[in-house]
Amino acid sequence: MRLIKTLWPLLLFISATATATPQIQHWQTGNGAGVYYIHAPELPMVDLRLVFDAGSARDGDRPGLALMTNALLDAGVKGMDEEAIAERFENLGAQYSASALRDMAIVQLRSLNQADLLEPALETFIKVAATPRFPEKVLIRERSRMLLALKAKQESPGDLAQEAFYQALYGKHPYASPTEGTEASVKALRRTDLTDFHERHYVARNAVIAIVGAVDRRQAESMAERLSEALPTGQKAPPLPTVKPLAEAKRRVIEHPSSQSHLLMGQPGMTRDDPDYMPLYVGNHILGGSGFGSRIVEEIREKRGLSYSAYSYFLPMRVTGPFMLGLQTRNDQVDTAEKVLRETLVRFVEEGPSQDELIASKKNITGGFPLRIDSNKDLVEYAAMIGFYGLPLDYLEGFNERVEAVRVEQIRDAFKRRVHPGRMATIIVGQPG
Amino acid sequence: MMLNKAQMKQSLLAALLWLPLFAPGLALAESERIHEYMLDNGMKVLVKEDHRSPVVVSQVWYRVGASDEYGGITGVSHVLEHMMFKGTKAHGPGEFSRIIAENGGRENAFTGKDYTAYFQTLEKSRLEVSFEMEADRMRNLLLPPEEFEKEVKVVMEERRMRTEDNPQALTYEQFNATAFFSSPYHQPIIGWMNDLENLEVADLRRWYERYYAPNNAILVVAGDVEPDEVLGLARKHFGPLKPSELDASKPREEYPQSGVRSIEVKAPAQLPYLLMGYKVPVIRTAQPDWEPYALEVLAGVLDGGNASRLQRQLVRQQELAASVGAGYSPISRYDELFTIEATPARGVRIEDLERAIGKQIQRLHTKLISDEELKRVKAQVVASKVYQQDSLFYQAMELGMLETTGVGWRVGQDYEARIDEVTPEQVRTVARKYLVEEGLTIAQLVPLKQNGEVRDATH
Repeated sequence: MRLIKTLWPLLLFISATATATPQIQHWQTGNGAGVYYIHAPELPMVDLRLVFDAGSARDGDRPGLALMTNALLDAGVKGMDEEAIAERFENLGAQYSASALRDMAIVQLRSLNQADLLEPALETFIKVAATPRFPEKVLIRERSRMLLALKAKQESPGDLAQEAFYQALYGKHPYASPTEGTEASVKALRRTDLTDFHERHYVARNAVIAIVGAVDRRQAESMAERLSEALPTGQKAPPLPTVKPLAEAKRRVIEHPSSQSHLLMGQPGMTRDDPDYMPLYVGNHILGGSGFGSRIVEEIREKRGLSYSAYSYFLPMRVTGPFMLGLQTRNDQVDTAEKVLRETLVRFVEEGPSQDELIASKKNITGGFPLRIDSNKDLVEYAAMIGFYGLPLDYLEGFNERVEAVRVEQIRDAFKRRVHPGRMATIIVGQPG
Repeated sequence: MMLNKAQMKQSLLAALLWLPLFAPGLALAESERIHEYMLDNGMKVLVKEDHRSPVVVSQVWYRVGASDEYGGITGVSHVLEHMMFKGTKAHGPGEFSRIIAENGGRENAFTGKDYTAYFQTLEKSRLEVSFEMEADRMRNLLLPPEEFEKEVKVVMEERRMRTEDNPQALTYEQFNATAFFSSPYHQPIIGWMNDLENLEVADLRRWYERYYAPNNAILVVAGDVEPDEVLGLARKHFGPLKPSELDASKPREEYPQSGVRSIEVKAPAQLPYLLMGYKVPVIRTAQPDWEPYALEVLAGVLDGGNASRLQRQLVRQQELAASVGAGYSPISRYDELFTIEATPARGVRIEDLERAIGKQIQRLHTKLISDEELKRVKAQVVASKVYQQDSLFYQAMELGMLETTGVGWRVGQDYEARIDEVTPEQVRTVARKYLVEEGLTIAQLVPLKQNGEVRDATH
């Protein structure tokens, strides 16, 4: 125990060593896009992350539409086909990427800050985001590739479990359908669906622009303004419907020719601006959110060797995102693993964490804070997230303080009110039993 | 406790994924910021300063991995990596992890073909916590049998998840075992299931005693640190450890290949999948020494981004592939494969896709790459060098890989300059020399339906 003793002086000062948190500057562009900017002069590069409230939650009756629209932004603009766009970015050493989640559609650029590289990269990026043409020919090809990607998902027990889990949790809510869409819905996607979706959702008032890098405030303003000006003003997307809690337990077993069964269990969890956010977040860290040392990993993996990966997490979203527990284990062990997982959860909900567990978790979360923001990549994601969900500008600065304020009773209370082991959806994919 | 990604889909890694540290013009000044020391017991210490954030990455690399293993004990390096978290005399099982967590740290480990590495990321004032524990478990690991019994089961679950139930990974494993006969790259990093089932704690004990010593380890520290202070702490914690007598490893060169090797893997799956690999040299083995850089450029021309040839020709223009990628890892101990992997587009037979890839290879034999293509690859290399510096972890990782594979970290300093020297003629030369049938291995995944029948995947 010699080591522990010598470490004590370090542990005591864990929050005293907190360092300056990067300052986020915020303003609106002329036509209403929110800008979130962090000056990071150390490396000669810049990251630009453009986020629209245009994720698959906006698919309506066309699952897969948001993702297809997002994926085809760089398929052609006036004067440039997809080949020319790819060449332009890559000749400049710039990296373009795009992705769509349930809440967000993301378009991103990373470039060196040297003007003769950044300028043309930005110019192309703006065209791609604001005035894509969605050529019919490319849509036909990409639809066919997406159908194959959907087939490939059928090979993966993990993917199948995720899909069934969201269906079980969300029923008719827009979060229910997979971001990639379904075979039938992808086949039915037309070019006009994409152009309509883009016209309606890729607009300034529905956009957040995050900029991190070696550009000064004036440059950042000019970049954001040019980008925003290219977008129609438009309207912010309407609020999403609220999520209903599960009325009763659900269980679904999907046969799959795998040697393991993948198990997912859960319920609707919390929103990004949830009043219980901190107690649930810190509580889950103890339950199954922190890997080794968390109760689920301890019970499932360390004590019994049942699974390589076992976890629980809340995925906070615009409206109630999922709370999920998961593992995968040899088919004949899945009953045992499920029982242990459920007991671990039930016990945590009933008893809450111990004071020691809470102290240890707080030390881990607050002491690890500098690690969350040690790269421009992390910073630009935080800046965009803060903007998108309307979190306070000092969200990062105040983070540790909010963690420190959480008490054992608050966690116990929040879990009791919000987590219902008796009314959960359970999905098993494999050949159980 | 993950495996190196390289095990699964080495070929999926972007060809230019490993890139050196510095932008042109900064090279001299920046390289002064890597400090190299040798402790008296033979442990090498590398320190890379990066003062952007008050964070430090500490990695201990051992020169041992799956390529040191032999038949019957495959997977032992990786299982031992798992067991390194199971305690010493001074610390019970899991205590390392708890202490790191209490200090706000992140920690993990990975096993590759040529190395096993342990790392912590911490707020900078906590670096010593990492050193104390790494020094302790370098020499004092207990390997309790009851912990081993559970942990080897965890590894078998890991293998089921990563390989047995993943048809593409399963194909990749058999592809590798077909391409390499006598080279230890024949073996999967995670080990064959039957070897895992019969592994004993005594096997781990022997492995640990043979390879876990300061003179077989490299400490890499990157972050907001002063090199002298790091050296002082390293001397304090690692300095007292006794070195071991290390056996020289056998050369284990690959027996020369003399024609195409082709296999099928039938497994429950939805889509067919094609893997092609050509035997190629790496930085450590290449003669002349510019060849790996020409192969890097070649990989960039084929698959360095959306504008590269395979994406453009096979996916977008001919619509023969739904996805395609090329990969090459020049930082390895032994000769490697230059791989191309692809999934056919809807309605395309895998033979037709294979033929189309063959045509792309043929074109590299006959025609020089264009100046524009060469410039594009070089522009991406220059930019990526800057982007890589955004990741502290990557900076340390690269130094560790260069050292444990026997390449040496200084070689990384010249990477950009070496790429810049590559000519279109050199790219054609390596294509003609290495991308030839004599060194080619092909694997095909043949999808089976749930009832075991072959799936007609062209619909």
